[in-house]
Amino acid sequence: MSDESPTARNEWPLWEIFIRGQHGMSHRHVGSLHAADSEMAIKNARDVYTRRNEGVSIWVVEASKITASSPSDKGPMYEPSQSKVYRHPTFFDIPDDVGAM
Amino acid sequence: MRDPLFEFLLRQGDNTLILSHRISEWCGHAPVVEEDIALANIALDLLGQTQMWLGLAGEVEGMGRSSDDLAMLRDAWDFRNAILVERPNGHFGQTMMRQFLFDAYHVELLSELVNSSDARIAAIAAKSLKEVEYHVERSATTIIALGDGTQESHARMQAALDNQWTFAGELFETDAGDETLNETGIAPLPSSLRSRFDARAKAILGAATLAIPETSFAHSGGRSGKQHSEHLGHLLTQMQWLQRAYPGATW
Repeated sequence: MSDESPTARNEWPLWEIFIRGQHGMSHRHVGSLHAADSEMAIKNARDVYTRRNEGVSIWVVEASKITASSPSDKGPMYEPSQSKVYRHPTFFDIPDDVGAM
Repeated sequence: MRDPLFEFLLRQGDNTLILSHRISEWCGHAPVVEEDIALANIALDLLGQTQMWLGLAGEVEGMGRSSDDLAMLRDAWDFRNAILVERPNGHFGQTMMRQFLFDAYHVELLSELVNSSDARIAAIAAKSLKEVEYHVERSATTIIALGDGTQESHARMQAALDNQWTFAGELFETDAGDETLNETGIAPLPSSLRSRFDARAKAILGAATLAIPETSFAHSGGRSGKQHSEHLGHLLTQMQWLQRAYPGATW
């Protein structure tokens, strides 16, 4: 993510924003923004992404600190699991007593 | 003399209305989009507070005027906001300095008003306080970042402080109406908020490496309505234009 072009060097770093919603247990990625430091990123995220009462908790991560899988590795990374339907737990009869899973 | 309670409510509502309008002038012009949105949020918070203060003012006055009537159909001499909030935005740092000075006063005032003997005022203050606690945290952080930033940002913030400090004093001006409201437990004396304001200003401006001007002079004339600055009339021509040109227009 760290772009070395001359214009980018004068800008604040990019932060990825994760928000835990009113009804969700986990934080979800909602977008990104620029900020000088993590405290400012939290404040900016509060103003940009929780204006309509979307969240109860915010995480911010500097985008350059994220290690991402490469799109060109798509084949070896994901295709092998396509043919392995037995990994989905759809072959079991769930007893009625268990209820919704 | 007018009813001190009505006067008090106008002062609250006019401060938040005029400052809200000033900040909204940044919409689409802030240095970065994140600040643009944050400023618009603050402007909307203050506008919401205006609606409550002026709504109650109209109720107390009992002449059938709504918050919209009070906001859009009064002329400059009827406004009771402090001169500080009608001053032009200047550069971003100047706007944030004005914001910090107002926020630092506003948060102390609301902290007292939540205990008002008038339940309506206490309720408005409780709702507003949550918003304003965030406003002051945000403006203080920005003041520190810019004051204790580069040589240029420091110089600009010092100039912004020198330029606006003498307008903060008016916020603590206390008149006979304030004494009356204080006796009945409706509102604190503005002068009683000064020491806590000074303590916060000293801490934040100190952390921002900025020097508070050594003067006790304070501009005056806004909260009494006797003499606003020349900027208020210009602001009103923009803010009130639509209702003046198309009376009663709604959407």
